Amino acid sequence: MDEHVEQYAAPAGQAEIVAALKAGDERAFAALVDEHGAAMLRVALMYVSTRAVAEEVVQEAWLGVLKGIDRFEGRSSLKTWIFRILTNTAKTRGEREGRSLPFSSLGGGDPDGDEPAVDADRFVGSGRDEGHWTSAPSRWSDLPESRLVGKETLEVTQAAIDALPEAQRIVITMRDVDGFSSEEVRNVLGVSESNQRVLLHRARSKVRRALESYLEGERT
Amino acid sequence: MTGIWDRIRGRQPELSCIELVEIVTDYLEGGMSEAERRRFDAHIAECDGCTNYVDQIRTTIVTVGRVRPDDLSDEAKADLLAAFRGWSQSGSA
Repeated sequence: MDEHVEQYAAPAGQAEIVAALKAGDERAFAALVDEHGAAMLRVALMYVSTRAVAEEVVQEAWLGVLKGIDRFEGRSSLKTWIFRILTNTAKTRGEREGRSLPFSSLGGGDPDGDEPAVDADRFVGSGRDEGHWTSAPSRWSDLPESRLVGKETLEVTQAAIDALPEAQRIVITMRDVDGFSSEEVRNVLGVSESNQRVLLHRARSKVRRALESYLEGERT
Repeated sequence: MTGIWDRIRGRQPELSCIELVEIVTDYLEGGMSEAERRRFDAHIAECDGCTNYVDQIRTTIVTVGRVRPDDLSDEAKADLLAAFRGWSQSGSA
């Protein structure tokens, strides 16, 4: 991806990656760490208290990956397998620290209650047009491109993500930052599809709201 | 407005905007039945506000994807590479 990586093309297929690791291909390992390291760090941080401990957990998990690579049979994807080792490592460590698991409270209940995606006062309350917009959302594609990709917009986005309740923050980060599929999120976190979707829905709705007030608040 | 004839014919009542914003994630995730999807599409075909809303959510997803959260430290990566070298030289493969 980056220019300084010279001509080295990391092995792409799962079987090729596994073979390269077994053959001691250091650059293949480095590429794999680059691909998943940041996401692993974020997942580890769900279970342990500090970044330093999370980094240790990630390192320990990678050692577990190397030790277990001969046993990897390709029944799950390599990514899912790596992240399962990671969550198991992180859980053990978190338990030792006496932390409760982030998703343990999410089994059936709905701790955040019913939060609307958009404030009710944006809609007509009664009458013929009940439930329709009073102030309709605007077309962001009319904004200058620089506005949407600007540094400040990204800062607003990051701040909105940081302000989310933990489970929502984790799910939107895995899905929309790290590019996990919903199935991968379910496998790694052990949450149901509907749970995952509710968390994602709330998270995206809130970040949209933050972007709207930033993008449109300054326009006038 | 749900007419009695709609009910008799078994049609779903029209979606309102306040309902649409709550199912937009189901829509984008492909988690809708064919009938639900048609109902959703029929609404946005006639509603600029909701068309913009769906676009805003899509833009939000793209924008979240541009955020670059922190990565493993260089020390941690260097330690890992050293560990990898030790592992592969110990002949575990």
